[in-house]
Amino acid sequence: MSLTLLNVIVAVVIAIAFAALNAAYLVWAERRGAARIQRRPGPNINGPFGLLQPPLDGIKLMAKQLTIPGGADKVLFIAAPVLAMFPAIMSFVTIPFSESIVAKNMNVGVLMIFAFASTGSMALVFAGWSSRNKYAMMSSVRAVSQAVAYEIPMLITTITVVMIAGSTDLMEIVRQQSGSILHWNIFPVLGNSHNLLMPMSFLIFFTCTLAETNRAPFDLGEAESELVAGFHTEYGSMGFGLFFMGEYANIVIGSCMTTILFLGGWNAPLPFLGFIPGIFWFLLKLYLLIATFIWIRWTFPRTTIYGLLNLSWKILIPLSLFNLLFTAGLIKVF
Amino acid sequence: MNSPIKLQPDETFILNVGPQHPATHGVLRVKMEMNGEYIVNAETVIGYIHRMHEKMGEVKTYPQFLMNLSRMDYLGALGYSHGHVLLIEKASGIEVPERAEYIRAIMVELNRVASHLFWFGAFVMDLGGFSPLMYALQDREYILDMLEAVTGSRLTYCYFRFGGLYNDIDDDFISAARRFIPRMRKSLKKYHKLVTGNIIFHKRLEGIAPLSQEMCRKYGASSAVARGSGINFDVRKNEPYSVYPEFDFDIPVFHECDSLARYKVRMEEIEQSLRIIEQGLDKLPDGPIMPEKKPKLIKPPPGDYYQAVETARGSFGIRLVSDGGKTPYRLKLRSPTYSNMHLFDESCRGMMIMDALAFMGSLDLVIPEIDR
Repeated sequence: MSLTLLNVIVAVVIAIAFAALNAAYLVWAERRGAARIQRRPGPNINGPFGLLQPPLDGIKLMAKQLTIPGGADKVLFIAAPVLAMFPAIMSFVTIPFSESIVAKNMNVGVLMIFAFASTGSMALVFAGWSSRNKYAMMSSVRAVSQAVAYEIPMLITTITVVMIAGSTDLMEIVRQQSGSILHWNIFPVLGNSHNLLMPMSFLIFFTCTLAETNRAPFDLGEAESELVAGFHTEYGSMGFGLFFMGEYANIVIGSCMTTILFLGGWNAPLPFLGFIPGIFWFLLKLYLLIATFIWIRWTFPRTTIYGLLNLSWKILIPLSLFNLLFTAGLIKVF
Repeated sequence: MNSPIKLQPDETFILNVGPQHPATHGVLRVKMEMNGEYIVNAETVIGYIHRMHEKMGEVKTYPQFLMNLSRMDYLGALGYSHGHVLLIEKASGIEVPERAEYIRAIMVELNRVASHLFWFGAFVMDLGGFSPLMYALQDREYILDMLEAVTGSRLTYCYFRFGGLYNDIDDDFISAARRFIPRMRKSLKKYHKLVTGNIIFHKRLEGIAPLSQEMCRKYGASSAVARGSGINFDVRKNEPYSVYPEFDFDIPVFHECDSLARYKVRMEEIEQSLRIIEQGLDKLPDGPIMPEKKPKLIKPPPGDYYQAVETARGSFGIRLVSDGGKTPYRLKLRSPTYSNMHLFDESCRGMMIMDALAFMGSLDLVIPEIDR
C-alpha cells in the first residue's frame, strides 16, 4: 500500500517537474521561434543558444517584490496566480505519455482534464476582479465569455471522439487508434468509425485549444494594444511568472489532448516504425503542435471580441453538433 | 459598431487611456466614458509633450529655428523642414539651384516611405500582429542608413538650408537608392501577401469607423484620412511647390471611407513615392547645391507669408508674419495630425474599444507633432 502511495507521489512530482520545465523552456522556444520568424537573433547570450535564459528570468522574477495595489482584494489577488498554475499541473497527472508512462490513469481521464481546464478561467476572473483595475476587469469579462463560448464546441468534439472509442479512459482512446496513421481519429479510414468529417473535428478542437489557452489570434484577454496587459496588469514578480507559466502549461495540456484524441497518442504513424518507443512519437507530435501554436501567434493579427464569439456560436458549435449526430448515426449503422 | 446599443448613462465608467498606453503611441491621453466595451464619449487630452515651438520661432533667428522643425514629427522630419525653407526662400526671394530642389524632393520622398513603413508596422501591431513591424523596420533601416550617409543624422535631420542643402549626394547614395527601389517593391508585395490579404485583418478594418467627407472637411483632415474618404486633395498636386510638377505620379484616393481605405491609401503612397524617387534620380541635373548670391543675414521684408507642403502626415502649413527684423513677428505652424486627431472624439462614439483603437492607429498620430 505504502509502495503504491510512494509510486503515485514520485509520479506526481515528475509530472509537476515536466510541466514546469516545459513551461519555462517553451518561453525560450517561443522567443527563439519569434526571432526566427522576424529575422533577428533572439535570446542568445546566456548559455549556449540562450538556454540559460529561462532560469535566469525565473531568478529575476523571484527577486522582485510582489506589490499589491491599494484597495485590492488581497486573498483573491494572491490566490489567482496559484489557481492559474495548479489545474494545469494537475492535468498532467492523467496524461498517458506512452503505454507505461502515466502518473495515474483514471477511467474518467477526459472528464478530469476538462474539469481542471474549466477552473483555469476562474483564475483569470479572480485576477481581474481583485486587481481593482479597469483594464484587468474588462479583460476578465472577456476571458469568461471566451471560455464559455469555446468550451462548448470543444466538449462536443470530445464527446464525438469518446463515442467512437466507447470510453472516457485516455489510454483506451489511444489504444483504439493503434495500427497506422489511417487508424488515428484525424483520418479514421481504417479505424472503427470511418467518419470522414473527423479532420474538420480536429480543426475545431485545435481552434478551441487556441482560444481556451488565450493564444493569438484569440488572445483577447491580454490584448496588449488595448488592455495594456489584461488580467495580469497589476501583477509583478512571481505572480506574473505563475500566470505566464500557467499559460504555457495550458498550451502543453491542450496539445497533449489534441495528440491523444486525434493524433493517436504514442502510436507510430506506420506499423513498421513500431520499434521506436512510444514516448518519442508522443513528444514529436506534441512539439509539432506547439510549434504550430508559436507559428500562428507570430503570423496573425488579433480577432475582435465579437468576431471571436460569432465564430464559436455561429460556426463551430453548429458544425460540431452536426458532426456529433453524424457520428452517432455512423456508429449505429456499422 | 454596427449594432445599435442602448446606452444607460448611469452605468458608465471613465477609462483613462494614456498618457502612457501602448495604443496611443506617445503621450496622448484619451478620456473615455465607457459602457462595458462600448465608448459613450471620448475626449482627447493633449499637451503632455508641448515644447513651445511656435514661441521659439518668435525668439530665435531664422537659421536658429531650422532644427526645431525636425523635432516636430520625428518620423517624417524632412517634410517639415522643406516647408520652412520654402517659406523663407519665398519671403526673402532666394533662388534655389535646380539640383538642390531635386535632391530635396528625393530626400523628402525617402523620408515619407520610411515614415509610412513605421506606421504600417505600428498599425499592424495595434491590431495584434507583431512580426510585420520587424519587417517594416528592416526596410526602414535601409532608408535611414542612406539618409544618415548624406545628412549626418538618422531621425532629426537638419539637412536643408535657405537656398539649398548642407551636403551634396554622391554616387554611393545614388546606387543605394537605385538598389532600394526594387527591394522595396518586393517587400511591398510581401506585405500585401502577409497582411492585406489576411482575413482577420480585413474583418477588423472593413467598414470600421466610416468617416464621411463632411466630417473630414469639418475638422480639416488631410493625408490618407481625407483621401480614404474620397477627397482628392494632395498639396503636391493641388498647390504645387518645389519640383513636384515635373514628376509623373498619382494621388491614391479610395471611396470606402473606412479604416481599410486609409490603410490602402498609405500603402499605395509608398509605391507612388518610389516612382517619384525613380524619376528624380533619372532627371537629377548637375550643378551647385547652394545659390551663388545669398543674403548674409536672413531678414524677410515685412509681410504675411504662407507655405503649405504635403508631409507624410498630411498637409502642413506654416505662416510667417515678418516685421523685417531678424526674428519673425509671428510664426504659426499648422500641423496635420492635430486636425486628424480631433476627428477621433466625435467618430468613436458607440464603437467598441478595440475598434476605436484600431481606428486611432489608422489616423497615424505622432504626438509631438500635435503638441508642437
